[in-house]
This record gives sequence, structure tokens and C-alpha cells, in this order.
Amino acid sequence: MSRILVVIEQRSGKIARISWEALAAAQRLGSPDSITAVVLGAQEEAVSAEIAAKALGTVLRVEHPLLARYTADGFILALQQLIQNEGPALVVLPHTYQVRDYAPALAARFGEVLIGDVVSIGEGPVFTRQLMQGRLTGTYRHTGTGPCFVSVQSGAFPADLPPAALATIATFRPTLDPAQIRARPGEPYRASSQAVDLATAQVIVGVGRGIKAAENLPPIQELAAVLGAELAASRPVCDNGWLPMDRQVGSSGQTVAPKLYIAVGISGAIQHVVGMQTSRCIVAINKDSDAPIFEVADYGIVGDQLDLIPALTEAIKAVKR
Amino acid sequence: MKMIVAIKQVPGRDAPVHIDAVGKWIVESGLEYALNEPDAYALEEALQIKEKHGGEVVVLSAGPERVGTTIREALAKGADRAIHILCDDLGSRDALGVARLLAAAAKQENPDLILTGLQSEDLGLGQTGVIVAELLGFPHATMILRIEKTETGVEVKRELEEGWFQTVQLPTPAVLTMQSGGTKLRYATLMGIKRAKTKEVKRLAAADLAVDAVPVVVLEQTSMPKKKKSTQMLTGTPKEAAAALVEKLRFEVRVL
Ligand SMILES: Cc1cc2nc3c(=O)[nH]c(=O)nc-3n(C[C@H](O)[C@H](O)[C@H](O)COP(=O)(O)OP(=O)(O)OC[C@H]3O[C@@H](n4cnc5c(N)ncnc54)[C@H](O)[C@@H]3O)c2cc1C
Repeated sequence: MSRILVVIEQRSGKIARISWEALAAAQRLGSPDSITAVVLGAQEEAVSAEIAAKALGTVLRVEHPLLARYTADGFILALQQLIQNEGPALVVLPHTYQVRDYAPALAARFGEVLIGDVVSIGEGPVFTRQLMQGRLTGTYRHTGTGPCFVSVQSGAFPADLPPAALATIATFRPTLDPAQIRARPGEPYRASSQAVDLATAQVIVGVGRGIKAAENLPPIQELAAVLGAELAASRPVCDNGWLPMDRQVGSSGQTVAPKLYIAVGISGAIQHVVGMQTSRCIVAINKDSDAPIFEVADYGIVGDQLDLIPALTEAIKAVKR
Repeated sequence: MKMIVAIKQVPGRDAPVHIDAVGKWIVESGLEYALNEPDAYALEEALQIKEKHGGEVVVLSAGPERVGTTIREALAKGADRAIHILCDDLGSRDALGVARLLAAAAKQENPDLILTGLQSEDLGLGQTGVIVAELLGFPHATMILRIEKTETGVEVKRELEEGWFQTVQLPTPAVLTMQSGGTKLRYATLMGIKRAKTKEVKRLAAADLAVDAVPVVVLEQTSMPKKKKSTQMLTGTPKEAAAALVEKLRFEVRVL
């Protein structure tokens, strides 16, 4: 009897770190032999072998030609059948864009609600997740009678998974009919103008909605110039066209890890933070002393960037002279 | 096309966050409220589709009396009419409970498309649209930046991680959850605000929709976030704080 199912996401045979983190979270919820990892696709032999080398009971290859490419309909039907078959107490998923697309509907099919984007697990179990864009934390408990569906946030459960005795690998073949797949997905593509590669920048000045308008950019550009820094942006800055899309940092944009990241008027929402949290030094300039960006910053200054940025530029110029 | 846009009223971005007396949510009295930003993009997309292809835009919102101001704002931007599900216990319902309310009201309208934001700025669950689709038996797609009408349905541009995108075709009726940034948001005009006053707002009592409100997931407690790092706060006048930071950057971080 498997008590915990973990859905491992793979793309072209590659397993992203967040899937291992989901497995790490499952290991906190039960003993290795109670864990069954699930991988969906058309033919997942190699990936399954890679997963089977971790501490868990079983790896289930959920295979069907119609699962070769992700569709919400295909994945929901396959997992629904699997869950009915296995009767797990918990289903743990990585909180990816794909999981966001199907897991809420999958849970609803069982009369359940996904506890999504979980950052920690406490005795109970209770699950904590961010509220108010990271300005508040909420603790949730599952009170339903069906399986408890949980998805884990990127980076929340460090995945150093030592190798273990080989787990059993089995195959589950769901019944799917092409007529049940209503969406026709195209091949993923990249925006053509991906001109800026921020990944190699040593110093980055990231600007957020707190700058209020594109007219307030020049002093920040001057700061970047004296620092020899690249400019990056949070999503609203790109949405509003103040800086081009290819400077967006975060889950939808680029991931950066410079020596120094100065966040100016950025609140610190998780979708931004995942793109810059491994920077060696983070400086936050924000007028709100409770802004979540200060939770990940090494140095913080509370104040209006309109006053602080010119002062900082001057101070840097003075030591460079 | 007949489109329903499900919108949510949320605390404004600059609203102060103070935990309430029972530790389950934030103090609401005196809070300023606003239209959830991703929902504003959903509304904008619907209005643009209507301008191109004709049809009707109906906004749908569940919540207490105060939600009326956000509904008027959507009507002022150009929605044709609205449905307000009056519900004072929204916070004690889980995502499925809220989706049941919205789905029940939407069903009566037989829409071609239901649009909503990909998540709310307060609870950030990102589930409502997807569950509504499930309850109505409609196909869905999430994180949509653009919608094109086709012969049999819609073709959408869907955002993937790390700067990737995908085109997806769906038959209608369908539910789409909208991501920010696919288009520019409009402001309400004076004329729009005037007109909004005379537009129809149908009021439904949550109880009359006869849906299950018992949650299967409960928010037991809220708290202020814990710090991951110990942040050194640099204080003083802008000049003093800047000088202190430069000092750190030179001698501790060694980037200057
Ligand atoms: C699926 C999904 C993907 C996403 N992908 C990304 C992504 O890749 N990248 C990304 O950045 N976001 C992304 N987001 C959006 C993210 O959730 C946040 O909405 C966004 O990061 C907020 O940007 P911000 O901090 O600039 O704006 P806000 O949250 O509005 O913060 C503005 C900050 O500026 C401060 N401020 C205001 N005025 C001043 C002043 N004068 N001086 C100093 N400080 C001031 C305020 O106190 C506030 O903290 C995504 C969201 C979703 C749902």
C-alpha cells in the first residue's frame, strides 16, 4: 500500500530540481517505503531508473502515447485513474507552471483542494504557504476525507537525496482516448529577442514597480553605470514597458546569481525571488520596512529610492575618484 | 462571443498588513480595496475581444457588499453588466467552495468563454479558474497572455517558465486564466463612469445557489513571515545610509 504519491515532472528525459524537492518533502511526511514516485509520459524507462536510485519504495511509470506531450486533460485522467487505483493518503507535487495548470482540477475531481506552493511542513501535518504576495504566512490543514494534495515551492525543501537501495519499478497504463484530450498544444518556443543574458553579470541593479514611472529610470541607469552593472526588472516594470521583457528576472524570466544584486522598489514576491535569491549579496532599497524582500536581503535601507539612489551614486563616485 | 470575467476585490497593494485578533486573517477595517491585477488583465482582454468580434462582457464577483465598488469600476471600464454573488463568508470557504459559487452563477449564463486572473494578490491560490472549468466540464488553459478567436474556439498564447511560450488551441466554451502583461490596461473614462451607474448588477445570494460550503482545507493561522537571512539595516539620512552601504560593498562584499 502506497501512502504517498510524488509526481516527478520530466521534460525530454530531464528532471528539474523542484521535482527532487517534492520527493524531499514527501520523505518528511513518511518513511521511504511508503513513497511511490510517479512519472508520466510515453516511454519513461531512463527517467524511472534515475528516480529508483533514491530512497523510496516504488517508481511507477504512467505510460500512454497520449501522455507524450502535456495536456491538462491527459494528465488529469491518467492521475485520476492512478489515484483511484493506489488510494494514497497524500499526493505531493512540485509547484511548477504545469502543476498549476492541472492539479487544482485533479484535486477537485476528488472533492479535494490542492494546498499549493507550500514552503514548510509542520507537525499534524500542517502546511505553510505565503499569502499577500509574501507579506503574510498562512498555515493550512487538510480536513477532507480524500487524499491530501500538496504542491511545494521551488527551493523550500533542499533536495540532497543520497543514493539508496534500488526501488521497485512498475508500469501503470491508464485508459485514454484521443477524443478526451480537448486542447491542442503547440511546441514550446522562446521569444525571438532574447538579447540580454543577465546570467553572466557580476553586478545587477533590479528595478521594481516602486520606481513608479519610466521617467524615474535615468538616476538608476546612472547608478548602474558607475557600478558597471546590468539593469534587470521585476514583472510589472516589463508589463508596463518601462524596460524590455528580456530584462525580467524571476520564474517567468531569467535566473541570475551575481556577486551583488541591488533591488530597488521590489517587494520580494516569490516569483521574483526565485530568480535572484542565490546572488552572493543582496541589497534591498524599499520604503516599506515590512517588504518581504528584506527577508532575503543581506543589507537593507528603508527609504524613498528617489532620495537614496542619487546619494548612493554620489557615494560610489566619491570612493572611485 | 459571450464572455464572463470573474473578478476579485483584494486589499490594495499598499494596504497595511496587521494580523487580526483571532490570528486567522488581517485586520480589514479601514483597508483600501482594489481590483485584483491579473483580473484587470482578464477584463481588458475580454473588452478587446468584444471590440473586435462583438458579443457581451459580464463581470462576476463573489463577496460582501463592498465588492460593489470594484464591480462598478469594471462596468466603468466597459463591461456590459454584472453579477454580484453576495457572500459574507468568502474567507471561510476554500477554493472549491468559492469556485462552486462562481460556476453555479456562470452556468446560468451559458458563456462561450470564462476569463479570470491566474491568481489573486491576497490568497494567491491560483486555482479558482481551473476548478470552475472542472466543475463546468469546460476545457481550460492557464497563464494566458493573448487570445485569438478561431473557427471552432480559441487559440491562446500560454506562458511557460523561464521565458518560454506555447500556443494552445481549445474548443469553446472554455475557461482561461490570464497572466499580466499581454496587453495594456485601460483606464475608465468619465463617460464610462457615468454609464456604469445605469448598468445592470444582478444580485444573487450565495445561499440561493445551493452549493456545498464545507471546506476540505482550512486556513488555521496567519503569522508574519520569518526572515531567512539576518539583514543588516543601514539607517540615517540618505547620504549616511548610502555611505554606510558603500563601506560594506568595499570592505565586506568587495565589489567596489
Ligand atoms: C505565474 C507567475 C509568474 C510570475 N513571474 C514573475 C517573474 O518572472 N518576475 C517577477 O518579477 N515577477 C513575476 N511575477 C509577479 C510577482 O508575483 C509580483 O507581482 C512582482 O514580482 C511584483 O513586482 P514588484 O516587486 O516590482 O512590485 P510590487 O509588488 O508592487 O512592489 C513594489 C515595491 O516598491 C516599494 N516602493 C514603492 N515606492 C517606493 C519608493 N519611492 N522607494 C522605494 N521603494 C518603493 C513598495 O514598498 C513595494 O515593496 C509572477 C507572478 C505569477 C503569478
